[in-house]
Amino acid sequence: MNSKKYTVLVADDDPDYLFQVAYHLRKCGYEVMAVESQAEAEHVFSKMRPDIAVFDLMMESDDSGFILCYKLKRLYPGVPVILATAVARETGVTFGISSEQERDWIRADLYLEKGVRPEQLDQAIKQLLKI
Amino acid sequence: MAQLKVLVVDDEPGIRSGVSRILRTFHVTYPFMDEDYTFEVLEAATGEEGIEIIDREMPDILLLDNKLPGIQGVEVLEYVRKKSYDIVVAMITSYASLDVAVKAHSDGAIDFIPKPFTPQELKASIEQITKQQYLRRITQKLRVEGKKVRFQFLSVLSHELKAPLNAIEGYLRMMQERQLGDSLQEYASAIDRSLQRIEGMRNLIMDLLDFTKVNFERQLEKMQEIDLREMASLAVVTVSPYAIQKDIHFVTDITGCGKIWADPNDFEIIFNNLISNAVKYNKQGGTVTISVGCDDIEFNLSVADTGIGMNPDECGMLFEAFSRIKNDKTRNISGSGLGLSIVKKVVELYHGVINVESVPDKGSVFRVTIPKIQVTNIKAEL
Repeated sequence: MNSKKYTVLVADDDPDYLFQVAYHLRKCGYEVMAVESQAEAEHVFSKMRPDIAVFDLMMESDDSGFILCYKLKRLYPGVPVILATAVARETGVTFGISSEQERDWIRADLYLEKGVRPEQLDQAIKQLLKI
Repeated sequence: MAQLKVLVVDDEPGIRSGVSRILRTFHVTYPFMDEDYTFEVLEAATGEEGIEIIDREMPDILLLDNKLPGIQGVEVLEYVRKKSYDIVVAMITSYASLDVAVKAHSDGAIDFIPKPFTPQELKASIEQITKQQYLRRITQKLRVEGKKVRFQFLSVLSHELKAPLNAIEGYLRMMQERQLGDSLQEYASAIDRSLQRIEGMRNLIMDLLDFTKVNFERQLEKMQEIDLREMASLAVVTVSPYAIQKDIHFVTDITGCGKIWADPNDFEIIFNNLISNAVKYNKQGGTVTISVGCDDIEFNLSVADTGIGMNPDECGMLFEAFSRIKNDKTRNISGSGLGLSIVKKVVELYHGVINVESVPDKGSVFRVTIPKIQVTNIKAEL
């Protein structure tokens, strides 16, 4: 990692998951803003521009993550967003961001299964930040 | 006003016209039926003609004489059963021999109307049959709805079960890799949190077991007379270890007959969930007031607490599965988010309603109203 400290906005309503992700990302050298709700996340990015965001999909509502993506991208089109969720294939909810059409409405840059190893998340962030 | 089709199969024209005449002006009401039932009477003089009309008109109720010129009544009954038609059958017969009665009963005839019958006797039988038919159809409808609910439920469930696993796994990996250092002390909060998540998962599993008990099929044989006083005090005993810790005071007020016909499992779910919530979301030293009232028409339960309360938005989503209110006040209270959705389903199975009134920081009142099923009717249906 280069000398600049990148700021990651992490929103997840599972306090333990949030704590762990924040802990690992800090260890990897990021500045972390950790919030527990869609409302708090919106408040944070209305005040400052994060370098990258990691949003949980289901928080106050089932699609909080999507809403956050949309709002963040409207403010800062250049900020990459990772959507993390435990809603997996077996539930029948399949979506990705591989097709043009899906990219059009799911404004996330990457979709990650929850439970990814911290190194994978770090890797993904580095790729999106091109560092 | 709904209309049921009644088919009379009897070779005596007098019986057929008698039934038509009696039922023309008859209607059946039932405390928890949405509407009254009236009757349209179709007539057939032989079993063969009866089957023809059954296939064409699909009656709801079949009044069947056994002794017919061609095929016998029991054979018509067999035909209905083989085709799995949704028809309630009653035999009308002047000399029901025991073996005809047994055969007819095993083929699904639910009633015997002895000939000759008075208008009163016919009406009484038709009333019972109508109620039976109504219950059967409601049960079927619930079964179909139950399947849909189950599917949605399972998809959210896998999410809810994986979240604590992810959290616990994360903490264990931190320990495995000694990320916080070599001293066990450093991991105290990780261990605490893991244990809390395990408790939450255990609660979820317990609630799931409740959920499977509510199988959306009311089984009449499980219905029995329940003493509400006993039910309430059992629920209080169940929650008392926790209530003692929080120094919660119980007030119970039971008026009226105090008895109701229901499946005890179902009422246990209602009482246990509401009363344990009232303790869980109460303040230290708070009060839980349980009021039960019942008369001939309905049963009322209210459980009031002096706890953290909710705002109107939170009240609105409260009864949906997995909708836990998440805020600073509920952070350390473990719950599956299932309890109240289960309670609501159970209450609705009994055609009842549940609602909540709440004031933030003052407390909440949950009210359940369930129409009473008349004991005599249930007995007759058993």
